[in-house]
Amino acid sequence: MRMIKRTDMTKRKAIKIRTVAIIAAILVTSVFIGSIGHNPFKVYISMIEGAFGSGYRIRDTLTITIPLIVTSIGIMIAFKMKFWNIGAEGQIIVGALFASYFALNFSYLPKVVLLPLMFIAGFIGGGLWALIPTFFKVQFGTNETIFTLMMNYVALKWVTYLQYGPWKDPASMGFPKIANFEDSALLPKLFGIHIGWVIAVILIIIITFMMNKTKQGYEISVVGESVDTANYAGMNVKKIILSALFVSGGIAGLVGMMQVSGVNQTLTTQVAAGYGYIAIITAWLSGLKPAIILPVSLLFAVMIKGGSFIETAYQIPQAASDILQSVILFFVIGSEFFIQYKLIMNKRSKKEVA
Amino acid sequence: MTTFLVAMVIAGTPLLFATLGELLTEKSGNLNLGVEGMMLIGAVAGFGAGYTTGNPLLAIMGAALAGGLAALIYAFLTVTLRANQVVSGLALTIFGAGVSSFVGTNFIGKKMPVEVISAFVKIKIPLLGDIPVIGDVLFNQDYFVYMGYMIAIVIGIYLYNTRFGLSLRAIGENPSAADSSGINVTVYKYVHIIVGGALCGMGGAYLAVVAVPQWQDNITAGRGWIAIALVIFVKWNPYLAIFGSYLFGGLSIIGFRLQHLNISPQFFDALPYLVTIVVLVISSIRKSKEDSPPKGLGEPYFREER
Repeated sequence: MRMIKRTDMTKRKAIKIRTVAIIAAILVTSVFIGSIGHNPFKVYISMIEGAFGSGYRIRDTLTITIPLIVTSIGIMIAFKMKFWNIGAEGQIIVGALFASYFALNFSYLPKVVLLPLMFIAGFIGGGLWALIPTFFKVQFGTNETIFTLMMNYVALKWVTYLQYGPWKDPASMGFPKIANFEDSALLPKLFGIHIGWVIAVILIIIITFMMNKTKQGYEISVVGESVDTANYAGMNVKKIILSALFVSGGIAGLVGMMQVSGVNQTLTTQVAAGYGYIAIITAWLSGLKPAIILPVSLLFAVMIKGGSFIETAYQIPQAASDILQSVILFFVIGSEFFIQYKLIMNKRSKKEVA
Repeated sequence: MTTFLVAMVIAGTPLLFATLGELLTEKSGNLNLGVEGMMLIGAVAGFGAGYTTGNPLLAIMGAALAGGLAALIYAFLTVTLRANQVVSGLALTIFGAGVSSFVGTNFIGKKMPVEVISAFVKIKIPLLGDIPVIGDVLFNQDYFVYMGYMIAIVIGIYLYNTRFGLSLRAIGENPSAADSSGINVTVYKYVHIIVGGALCGMGGAYLAVVAVPQWQDNITAGRGWIAIALVIFVKWNPYLAIFGSYLFGGLSIIGFRLQHLNISPQFFDALPYLVTIVVLVISSIRKSKEDSPPKGLGEPYFREER
């Protein structure tokens, strides 16, 4: 038996394979949940109920979808260049930190001035945090996967330090917490959800346009295909990677700004809440296509929100949702193989010529 | 001081197991970011087996088996199905955290039975245990700690002094060259990824069964990521892994002990990651061969595209 690259894969066939993978994943998870003594159907139905059961829950689900979409878009830019940026979690945190600096110290400014300031600060914070590993990558070839991963923890400890030390709210009676933002630093709402969702939609449009229609987008895809080709074509590869990663980290930084300003109304160590890691998965499952990031992020938001609901409502551990998420992942990433390759049986025992 | 050093070894032991596991995996050319997940699965399996049977050996074996099975999922995805290693590893971490938390709801607040705890009391090694300071720190510990040294040494001998170890390193550096010289790349990758997972599982079990020994949700608390850092810090060398793990174990508890010095504990918490970054950068600047990751790390191997 051997495998060959497929040339006959149609879009419809690919969707069919992925659908089968997701169904198989749900079946496998059902067996697991059932074997532990819970009714899997009840678990799924209550998850959906938890995510969409009321206006309040729908708004909650969408509030989780926003950071997933935006972070996935940021990650996508890096991944297009085969730059394995797994530091979005840290970039979100530092973006949040930079934005919070202005929220806490310049709250006397009017909203129309302060919010854009926080927005820019968040972008720069996340961008700089991504630039550090990127600089060493392009200069010395330092492994970016592990570097960006380590940066996540450094960022987290930095915020912890601020929360327990210099930024501790004196009014909190010794409780280690950073002060709540003044109203001037809070994102307004539109249809009951903070306007981060508008930003997410605009970003999808801008980035889709940038990747497909501009010189920068073209350069990114060439570098992703082959650094040699890019060099040969006279492109400044280092500059392309550095600027693309600044944007990638900057977009994650925006998420940090939106989370502190639109959701938590203060800075906590929980600001990134694992979105930086989940977004790696949503970006990947979307095949690095902005338009598909939208439904995939929503699916994951439903599983997250539904997971927390089943715990409070039915005492089914929230972890059931983590298992469901990861098993779906296993099956979908595994199914990619069958989209790209097909296995053929060698009828005659022909010796393989490799 | 001695008590601190003793505590350092105990804090470093789960790291040592996980570091050795990830080291073996990376030597085969696969970066498995699922260490945290495999440790958690091993922890819950080890706790479950120890708690229900009261048998310490079954606790260790259960943890190793569970860690190995978790790694098998990753191996199947990345080796057979050529899936992206980063994404597969992250998925494994989510999976492991989910499984351990889900299964662990049955054990919350439960303590390890006495039969198991008493199997892991400190046992002094004759002669060696009498050396001042070093004796107490290294040779008056429990069986699990001793197992850690022994596995590190065995892996060291295996990697540097056996034909299998040489083949493994060849695969990590250049799988297609290894393949053409007749080494079965797939089998090697599977075996080392699974054994690596088993070691990670045992590292998690040390926490649940010996160090704590009571079930807590998310009992590994990020140690899996430190282990990934450690593999780089010790330059993929299993002997250095012993010292590196205890050093990082020490860093994880020193902040608490130096509270009176007015250095923020978060600084010490961040130190393992900062040190790893520095090591990573220095080794990439020097471009020295021994200090850098296996060449083929993270790349899927396609025989057909050879």
